[in-house]
Amino acid sequence: MLKSNTKLLQLSVTLAACAFLFVPTLQSVLAGVTANYFRGVSSGLTLKWVGQVWELYAGSIFLSIQIALACLAATLIIGVPAAYALARNPGRMSRVLEEFISLPLAVPGLALALALLQLYGTNHGFRTHWSFILVGHVLYTLPFMVRSVMSVLAAIDLKTLEEGAASLGASPQRRFFDIVVPNALPGILAGALTVVTLSIGEFNLTWMLHTPHLKTLPVGLADSYASMRLEVASAYTLVFFVMIVPLLLAMQWASARAQRITQ
Amino acid sequence: MFRPIVVCLGILDMTQRQFLLLCFLPLAIFTLAFLALPLARLILASSESEAGWAIYLKILQTPRYLSTLLQTVLVSVAVTFAALAISTTAGLFLVRNTFPGRSVLLSILTLPLAFPGVVVGFMIILLGGRQGLVNQLLPGHWVFAYSVLGLFLGYLYFSIPRVLLTVMAAAEKIDPALEEAALTLGAPSYRITLDVLLPALASALIAAGAIAFATAMGAFGTAFTLATKIDVLPMVIYTEFTLSANIAMASALSVVLGLVTWALLLIARSFSGTTVAAGG
Amino acid sequence: MTLTLRNIAKTFAGGTRALLPTDLEINKGEIVSLLGPSGCGKSTLLRIIAGLETADPGAAIHFDGEDVTAQPVESRKVGMVFQSYALFPNMSVRGNIAYGLKMQKLPKSEIKARVDEVVTLCQLEKYVSQPIASLSGGQRQRVALARAFAPRPRLLLLDEPLSALDAALRTQLRDELAQLLRNFGITAIFVTHDQNEAMAIADRVAVMSHGKVAQIGTPEALYRNPDTAFVARFVGDAQPLVGRIEGNMLYLQGGKLPLSRAAEGHQAFVRAEDIRLEPRGPLCAKVEAVTFLGAHYRIALTGAAKETLFALYGGLNAPSPGDTVRLAIAPQSILTLPVDKEVA
Repeated sequence: MLKSNTKLLQLSVTLAACAFLFVPTLQSVLAGVTANYFRGVSSGLTLKWVGQVWELYAGSIFLSIQIALACLAATLIIGVPAAYALARNPGRMSRVLEEFISLPLAVPGLALALALLQLYGTNHGFRTHWSFILVGHVLYTLPFMVRSVMSVLAAIDLKTLEEGAASLGASPQRRFFDIVVPNALPGILAGALTVVTLSIGEFNLTWMLHTPHLKTLPVGLADSYASMRLEVASAYTLVFFVMIVPLLLAMQWASARAQRITQ
Repeated sequence: MFRPIVVCLGILDMTQRQFLLLCFLPLAIFTLAFLALPLARLILASSESEAGWAIYLKILQTPRYLSTLLQTVLVSVAVTFAALAISTTAGLFLVRNTFPGRSVLLSILTLPLAFPGVVVGFMIILLGGRQGLVNQLLPGHWVFAYSVLGLFLGYLYFSIPRVLLTVMAAAEKIDPALEEAALTLGAPSYRITLDVLLPALASALIAAGAIAFATAMGAFGTAFTLATKIDVLPMVIYTEFTLSANIAMASALSVVLGLVTWALLLIARSFSGTTVAAGG
Repeated sequence: MTLTLRNIAKTFAGGTRALLPTDLEINKGEIVSLLGPSGCGKSTLLRIIAGLETADPGAAIHFDGEDVTAQPVESRKVGMVFQSYALFPNMSVRGNIAYGLKMQKLPKSEIKARVDEVVTLCQLEKYVSQPIASLSGGQRQRVALARAFAPRPRLLLLDEPLSALDAALRTQLRDELAQLLRNFGITAIFVTHDQNEAMAIADRVAVMSHGKVAQIGTPEALYRNPDTAFVARFVGDAQPLVGRIEGNMLYLQGGKLPLSRAAEGHQAFVRAEDIRLEPRGPLCAKVEAVTFLGAHYRIALTGAAKETLFALYGGLNAPSPGDTVRLAIAPQSILTLPVDKEVA
C-alpha cells in the first residue's frame, strides 16, 4: 500500500539501487553465453566462451579452491582455540590482542602485501610457493573466524558449562572438545563459510603476492579483463558467480542462524 | 562437601591456564611472524630513503602525492554520502514494508558483498565502458567507466551493500511504537524521519559512514581494473612500488593509508560494535 | 467525547481473524477497559480506534457522531500511551511533552503554558529538562501520559500502560493512573490483561475472548453476574464445580448443594472466598494443603468436587493437611452458567 509520496520515493530509490547492482551482473552473465556480444543475444547462445575459460584458467580455479580449503584448515586450527582462549580470558590484554589481529580488516590489503613482500620477498623458495599467497589469505580471513566463534561463545554461559564439566572430572582438553567446540559449532560454521567465500574472492593481497605461475581465480579475472575479449571476460565472471553466489547465500544463512543464538 | 570441589578446581585451574596458553600459541606464532614483524618492517622501510623519517613530511610537500591524497579523500567522501543516502532510504523501506519480492530485492542488494574489487570494476565497464550498456542505449559517446565518475560508481557499487546491512540491522531494533507515537501526535512523515528515525539511526549511520569511507580509501581492485585517469592513493602506492621501485615512498604512503583506515574503523566500531570487512 | 463502534472486524493477511464484528458504545468522560488474555483481539481493537490499523470493510467509527473511519491516525486527534511508552530518546521530558503541540504549530508561548500545565498535573516539575534515559519506569509512564494528553486529544488510548513496571510499583501506579485519568476528565480506553487493573481503573470493563466482547459492564456487575463461564473464570477466578445438576440441586462427589434456581444443562462455579468451612456443612472434603497468605489461609480441598477446590479461610485455627472438613456454599454464591465449549 503506497500511502504517500514518501513511500513511492523510497521504493524508486530501492529499485534504482537494485537495478544499478543487478543490471551489470545480468549483462556479464548474458555476455558470457552470447556468441557475439556486439550483435546481441540474437547472434545465438553458446558455451564456447565458458569452454575457452576452462581451457585457459582451469588451473587458477583449482588453485583458488586449494588455497581456500587450506585457508579454512589454517583458520580453524589457529582461530577456534584462540577464540576460546580470548572468550575465557576477557580483559584488556585480550581486547588489545583481538584488536591487533583485526588489523587486516582495516588496513588495506595492498599495505599488508607490501609488508609481507619486504620481509619475506627475498626468500625465493617461500616467495614462489603457493603458501605465500595462503599466508595473505589467512591473515585477512582469520579475524572473521575468531569473531564469529567468539560471538557465539559470548552468548552461552561458557564458564558455568565448563565448571560443570570440570566438577564431573573433565580435563581442560576434554572440555574443549566435548563442551566448547560442539556449542560453538554454529559460529564455526558461519566463520568457515565466510573464510572460504572471502578467500575465493580475495584480490588486493593476492595481486601483490602472486607470481606468473601462481594465478588465483580473481587474479585470472583481472588478467582476462585486461587482455581478453569481452565475451571471455564475461564467461569467466560467470564462472566466478556460479562459485561465489551459493557460498554467499550459505554464508548469510549460517550467519543469521549463529546470530539468532547470540540474541 | 564443597571443599573438595573447590580444591579440585584449583588444581585444574593450573592446567587450565596452561591449556589456554596452548590455545593462544598458534595465533601468537602466526600473528608475530606474518603480521607484527612485517608491519614493523614496513614502517622501518618507509624511513630507508635519503629523506629518512622526513619522508612523511615529503608526502605533504610533493604536489603529486598531496593532490592524490586530496582526490582520494574527496571521492571517498562523495561515495560515503551517496551510499548513506541510498542505503538508508532503501534500508528503511525494506525494514518497514513486507511485500512479495522483498527478499529478492534484499538478495540483490547484498550480492556484491562477495565481489572482489576487480569484478566491481568490470561491472562498471559493462555499464559505462566503450562497449557498455549506456553507450549502446544512448546516442552519442557515453563512456564514463574510466573517468572519476566510473570510479565513484564502482566504489558506490561495493559500498551500498555494506552500508545497507548496517542500517537495516539498526533499523530493525527501532521500536515501531516510536513512529506510531509520533503519528498519533500528528507528525507528518518527513518529521517522523527527522525527529524519530534519523536520531535513532545516528550511531549506525556514523559507523556505516566510517566503514564506507575507509573501504573507499583503501580500494585497489576497482581502480586497478578501471585503470582510471585520476590518481587514487592505492594506485599510486602500487605504481611507486612496481614501476618506480620507490619502496620507501610506497611504504610511507601505505602506513599513512593504513593508519587512516584503521582509525576510522576504530571509530566505527566504538559506535556500532560491529565491523564489516573493508575490502574491494 | 462519545465513541461509537459499529461492525469492527479485522482479518490479517494470513487469514487469521483477530477480531470478529464488534459493536461498542463509550460515553463522554467514561473510562472503559478492554480486558482479556493475550491474543483476544483487545490491542487490535485499540489500534483500529487509534487509526494505526484499518478494520475490514464495513466498519464504522464515529467520534461524537463524526465519521472518522477513513481518517488517518495523524488527523484523528487521539492520544496514545504505548506499552513500551515509546518516548523519544533524543528529546528531553519537555521536548517529548511539547512534541504534539509543535505539530499543531501553536505559538511558542502557548506551547510553554500548556506543557507547564500538564507537567504540574502529572507532577513532573522536577524532571522537565532531564533526558528520558535518566527516568525510572514510573516516571516514564507519567511522561508518556503527559505527552499523550498535552495536545488535548478527543480520546485517550492506553495499551497495557502498567505492564512494563515491576509488581510492587504496579499497584501504586495503578491508583495514581486512575486518579489522573479522573482529573483529566477525558474519555479513555485502557487495554489490560490484568483483571485487578481493569477493575481498579475502569468505569466499565469489556471482557474479550477469541476476537469478541464476551460481556461489558461495571466491575461489580461482571463479578456478580457473569454471563459466561469464561467471564466468571477470568474475572474473579471462579472454580468449576463439576458434578450433575438436577432441578435446583447440584450433586457432587462430596455431597449435594441447593441452587438458587433450577439450572439443568448448566455448569456450576464458585469463588474461593464463597466456600465456608462449617462443621455441619453439606459437603465433605479432605484438606490437601494449607498456605498461609497473611490476611487468610488458602486451603486446597479434594474429594468435594471432581477437581481440587480452593477456599479462603480467615479464622485463627486453620485445619491441617489430612484433616477431613465439611463445607457450605450459599445457594446465591453458586454461579450457574451455560456450558462454554471453549472452556469445557
